[in-house]
Amino acid sequence: MLKRLAEVLRGMGHRIIDRIWRLGSGARFFLYTLIYSGESFRRIHLTIREIYFTGVMSLLIILVSAFFVGMVLALQGYNTLQKYGSSEAIGVLVALSLVRELGPVVTALLFAGRAGTAITAEIGLMKTTEQLSAMEMMAVSPIARVVAPRFWAGVVSMPLLAALFSMVGVLGGYLVAVPVIGVDNGAFWSQMQANVDFQADIVNGVIKSVVFGVACTMIALFEGFDAPPTAEGVSRATTRTVVNSSLAVLGLDFILTSFMIVT
Amino acid sequence: MADNIVEIDNLSFGYKGRLLHKGINMSFPRGKVIAIMGGSGSGKTTLLRLIGGQLVPTQGEVRVEGQVVHKQDRHGLFHLRRKMGMLFQFGALFTDLSVYENVAFPIREHADLPESIIRDLVMMKLNAVGLRGARNLMPTELSGGMARRVALARAIALDPSIIMYDEPFTGLDPISMSVTCNLIRSLNDALGATSILVTHDVKEAFSIADYVYIVANGVVEAEGAPEELRQSTLPFVHQFVHGEVDGPVPFHYSAPDYRRDMLRGQDA
Ligand SMILES: Nc1ncnc2c1ncn2[C@@H]1O[C@H](COP(=O)(O)OP(=O)(O)OP(=O)(O)O)[C@@H](O)[C@H]1O
Ligand SMILES: [Mg+2]
Repeated sequence: MLKRLAEVLRGMGHRIIDRIWRLGSGARFFLYTLIYSGESFRRIHLTIREIYFTGVMSLLIILVSAFFVGMVLALQGYNTLQKYGSSEAIGVLVALSLVRELGPVVTALLFAGRAGTAITAEIGLMKTTEQLSAMEMMAVSPIARVVAPRFWAGVVSMPLLAALFSMVGVLGGYLVAVPVIGVDNGAFWSQMQANVDFQADIVNGVIKSVVFGVACTMIALFEGFDAPPTAEGVSRATTRTVVNSSLAVLGLDFILTSFMIVT
Repeated sequence: MADNIVEIDNLSFGYKGRLLHKGINMSFPRGKVIAIMGGSGSGKTTLLRLIGGQLVPTQGEVRVEGQVVHKQDRHGLFHLRRKMGMLFQFGALFTDLSVYENVAFPIREHADLPESIIRDLVMMKLNAVGLRGARNLMPTELSGGMARRVALARAIALDPSIIMYDEPFTGLDPISMSVTCNLIRSLNDALGATSILVTHDVKEAFSIADYVYIVANGVVEAEGAPEELRQSTLPFVHQFVHGEVDGPVPFHYSAPDYRRDMLRGQDA
């Protein structure tokens, strides 16, 4: 009985130490990425290419989702607001929900699924097929050549994608609220203009999406780089990318929101 | 001391406790082709990785140009690696780049040359391996043997002074095999390089190597010029050189007795 307990405890300790170890190597990996960024900026075309692959290729799914999210927001918001006779506030509701929360968060979740998995799988396979080893043997640092450009591409793409998400979402909300439901056009826009604050809403939304961009891209890169060089290892790493990125985004969102609302 | 570009001194290394190399000594004189032979799993690829500084020895050291490889910092290591070219066992071509760009990769990374000169260099290297016509293909469109030749062209792109070949002959048809074989020799002599050739192919290795090391059981079991080894009466060398089934070299990865293993059933 006591032996069994000791075994369980030992197993738990092992797992915890393992996690902490991974966290440590993740942090070191992040640091190296920053250090080697200078090297990769000298060949900016690599980063631009990755912006195309991570950012531009994610546009479609993000814009379509944004459109639907905006329309649903308008429907749900109108349903509640009209009970209090303030259905013109629908514009504010849609815009604030999108700019403050849904834009950054949903974009990050979609980004993790669309671009994050692609990054992990690609890097994992490069490792499996010894491409990273070959690069190292040619005296080229894979962190400078492969990791850093993808990192900066993710960090640049995420706020832009989130901004587009909010924009298209507002458009979707408008199309449902004004032409379909019949809310007054002028009230919709003027209320929005009066109540969305640049500092408190827009800047904070952008800060969130930059933080999510760093987190999602870093997790995807690290999981790929750290994946065991087998087919199974890469597939597991891809799954972990989605799970860990999603949890990180939601957790960070709570922390950031509490700071932003308190201060 | 002779002019050795690479020296391996009492090197020991093991993955996860199982010691693979147990005190290996080798020296690679400048300008020669040296073959390292040994059975599958005897640690030849690992040895090349140790020379390239991708692994750190448990004991002993590898010196390249007199410098201890595992004691270098990143800068020093990259400096040494710039003198090395390595042909990986499975090619390791960059799958997102075309054949042309694969060969151009090390040149673009390390030399700031105008595009026209890069093109000339790439064409020369591709021509040497007979694949100038395949320059616009992607690595996935190549056969295994072609991929290996492209990888060879990439390995020699910067005219390295040490060229390491990990099994350059596997997957080649007889013609490409003898062409590659001659190519290794002529590249070595034309570039004034030193070649380290890891292979199982006794016939090819013996035809071009100046000196041969045979590793087994973690140590250098035999060494010498090809002619000496061919005449050798040591049972081990005789078995290896003539590819006989019976002899002192075991075919199996070390395992418990076969009969007992089978009888033990599922719970083993
Ligand atoms: N990354 C690794 N982790 C653990 N063990 C490994 C690793 N790589 C190789 N090994 C083990 O080391 C031994 C030697 O491997 P190595 O690849 O050096 O052999 P080799 O001589 O090149 O064989 P081959 O001729 O088949 O290519 C093998 O038994 C293998 O099981
Ligand atoms: Mg090998």
